[in-house]
Amino acid sequence: MSQTFKFKDEQDLAGFVQERVDPVFITGGQTRGVDLKHDRVDMTGLSGVVDYEPGALTMVAKAGTTLQHIEEVLKAEGQQLAFEPTILNTALGTSGASTIGGVLATNASGPRRIQAGAARDFLLGVRYVDGHGNVIKNGGRVMKNVTGYDIVKLMAGSWGTLGLLSEVSFKVLPMPTAQATLVISGINADVAVDVMSASLNTAFDVTGVAYDIAAQCAYVRLEGFEQSVKYRTKSLIDTLTVDREIAVLENDDSAAAWSSIRMLSAISNQRGDLWKISVRPTDGPQIVQKLGLISGIMDWSGGLIWAKMDAGKTARDILGDIEGHAINLSAKTGLKFSNTNPALAHLQGALREKFDPKGIFNPGLMG
Amino acid sequence: MEMPAPDQFTLSRKAEIVARLRAALPADVVIDDPAETRAYECDALSAYRCPPLAVVLPYSTEEVATALKICNEMNVPVVPRGAGTSLAGGALPTADSVIIGVARMNEVLECDYKNRVIRVQTGRTNLSVTGAVEADDFFYAPDPSSQLACAIAGNIAMNSGGAHCLKYGVTSNNLMGVKLVTMQGDILDIGGSHLDADGLDLLGVICGSEGQLGIVTEATLRILHKPEGALPVLMGFDRNEVAGACVSDIIRAGVLPVAIEFMDRPCIRATEAFAGAGYPDCEALLIVEVEGSDLEIEEQLDKILDIAKTHNPVELRRASDAAEAGRIWLGRKSAFGAMGQINDYMCLDGTIPVSQLPYVLRRISELSAEFGLDVGNVFHAGDGNMHPLILYNANKEGDLEKCEAFGAEILKLCVEVGGCLTGEHGVGIEKRDLMSVQFSALDLEAQMQIKDVFDPKWLLNAAKVFPLDATQSRRDGCPR
Ligand SMILES: Cc1cc2nc3c(=O)[nH]c(=O)nc-3n(C[C@H](O)[C@H](O)[C@H](O)COP(=O)(O)OP(=O)(O)OC[C@H]3O[C@@H](n4cnc5c(N)ncnc54)[C@H](O)[C@@H]3O)c2cc1C
Repeated sequence: MSQTFKFKDEQDLAGFVQERVDPVFITGGQTRGVDLKHDRVDMTGLSGVVDYEPGALTMVAKAGTTLQHIEEVLKAEGQQLAFEPTILNTALGTSGASTIGGVLATNASGPRRIQAGAARDFLLGVRYVDGHGNVIKNGGRVMKNVTGYDIVKLMAGSWGTLGLLSEVSFKVLPMPTAQATLVISGINADVAVDVMSASLNTAFDVTGVAYDIAAQCAYVRLEGFEQSVKYRTKSLIDTLTVDREIAVLENDDSAAAWSSIRMLSAISNQRGDLWKISVRPTDGPQIVQKLGLISGIMDWSGGLIWAKMDAGKTARDILGDIEGHAINLSAKTGLKFSNTNPALAHLQGALREKFDPKGIFNPGLMG
Repeated sequence: MEMPAPDQFTLSRKAEIVARLRAALPADVVIDDPAETRAYECDALSAYRCPPLAVVLPYSTEEVATALKICNEMNVPVVPRGAGTSLAGGALPTADSVIIGVARMNEVLECDYKNRVIRVQTGRTNLSVTGAVEADDFFYAPDPSSQLACAIAGNIAMNSGGAHCLKYGVTSNNLMGVKLVTMQGDILDIGGSHLDADGLDLLGVICGSEGQLGIVTEATLRILHKPEGALPVLMGFDRNEVAGACVSDIIRAGVLPVAIEFMDRPCIRATEAFAGAGYPDCEALLIVEVEGSDLEIEEQLDKILDIAKTHNPVELRRASDAAEAGRIWLGRKSAFGAMGQINDYMCLDGTIPVSQLPYVLRRISELSAEFGLDVGNVFHAGDGNMHPLILYNANKEGDLEKCEAFGAEILKLCVEVGGCLTGEHGVGIEKRDLMSVQFSALDLEAQMQIKDVFDPKWLLNAAKVFPLDATQSRRDGCPR
């Protein structure tokens, strides 16, 4: 029988790791499937906002705090997590509520990443328990900080393999008061990438560019103050040269469209494994074609492809010489990365061994 | 600031080391004539100087790899160098070290507008990256004040920022990939024109590692389309507290200016005397800049001015065209030069939570009186990155030491209120021995173990960043 351990206190968590010999799986809100073979450390015991300074655009929270709670607290001040965390429950067929620690540990950034930056760009500081059971801090709660090595970035996207995040501090941004989305329908992936790229390459500060493969529909988002959004919507339409009607979704309708993109509604009911493929935007259409995709989302101007593939199949082989990487987010144990350079693989492995010498954190992940 | 004594054995092998480098590299790449190596004896922290054993200025990544491999084999310390504008002594050599500089590698390798990236060799200066794409209305966002001179190499090593990073982020947020040569001479491609890491975010930790993990020879950088326009507004206040509160209120109101710059009275007076920008003689001055079309600028400036008015400003000056904008920025841009006219200065760059601004400024002026040294403050207020400029006389016995002691007190204060030692200049040698104010021994050990992985012999820029006593056993462990 596998066991679940849950701690309310960072020191208790550290004590547990000091004693621990066998591998453990680390879970936040359990929105990713977990391998039940191993014991589990449930991080939701460490919960709560520690400090929030709206005038400094910074928040500090315990890592197990739910994303929902964080977003509510921010919303009350008209602020938000600008990297727009992905919400993959429905697409992965899991229940549970994401925690801020889980979001940052997986560097789970949504559509606005193309303009505002990724989760890793907003993470300012961490406290974590390393594999020795020591509590380590890095970074801080101020926006600019180059004091020592940036372990903060290393922790973002490390999927718990380097340490257990206990507290995180991050930058937040004002929530725009208005938004609009241009919808361009009836275009193929190649044309869509042209349109999305042309939209980004303007002065109009586009904050989202995605393409729904099955619907053959591109979405381009503008956000900000009301007058400004109006002005830029018109200017962008005048700038784009597409021989298709451009429809405009305003405010709530625009928000609804992006919420469905963020949740991958277009493919969430499909069976199979959820793949996430990152390439340079202009290589996106080639990937769609090589995989024979008839549905899926191309986000980040074409550079991020979300698709469901039959279990057992891999999206990796088709990458070939194309620069980028692919991971299968449905894989429960073997979440593997595609890096093939031996010198790089050595560095990654050696770093992991330094942070977790007993090899107990999330074994099998990121192998 | 102490540097470790040079290794006598390495010094005694100078001829042999130079001969091996010469044999493997083109003739003009290796410099060992003391008259020439002298030019590399310091960076912008010029109070500290020491000519290196030799200087290597390669033309290609392969030549960098060749030089590193030889140094690694012969256990020779290496100091990477970009343009040498570090204010922290990051590029300061030791007598037993070889400088490997990327100054000759300054080509644009690829300019890809559709994917919004530019790939350059890292010897290229910051400003000339923007220069390469400017005609097509694009720019590279991080803009250190030294951008005319500093190289992308040093920007990456120090994770440099600039006046506009409140909106666009610092180097790390705009860096997508690097070519890194390790101390062993392996050439690694990390990241690229696609987003986010495959596996651990090595790019994230390489950026800001101050030349201690490898030599970066190429970089893929994010470029952005220029905004339609930008205009600043200038506001004067009779108290620092009020200016601080105004900054906080602007940010809370949901306006995100591209820059919020702050100057205090000593700095205002110095710049007025130097540049005559027509600034009001007041306690605190803010320059807030916003971007967009005319209409958008107006919408944002209206909001900002409404907020400013609730704080009883002694002066509000809104630029309506480029000429007025230039006048508003004139004083700020000449602030360092102005302070330099008065005396030698040391520029610190600790960061604090914005809410602590009034308290920290008050403490700094108290400390100024205690130490008997004048200080002016000019800084990026939106993100709490301070730049206290301490004036001292380099020719006066003991003044530098007094200035350093004063600086250390200010940095300790920054950490005490929840901030950090350095927001953009880096640790180098300058803040090395203060690291234990901000970090526990275990925190430092966690960082040093990363260097153990990349550079097990601790040959790369080893006497920097970490307190000397904390790295001693590692540095001594290197076989000679
Ligand atoms: C007047 C003035 C104003 C400044 N304003 C700002 C500012 O606004 N914002 C800011 O952030 N900084 C500022 N600086 C500091 C400085 O310009 C930056 O730190 C800059 O990034 C250094 O770049 P460089 O190429 O001159 O690097 P160098 O001084 O040559 O080196 C800096 C560090 O980088 C390492 N390094 C150099 N090249 C490589 C490489 N190829 N691979 C690995 N490591 C390498 C060096 O070993 C050293 O540790 C200012 C400096 C001056 C003199």
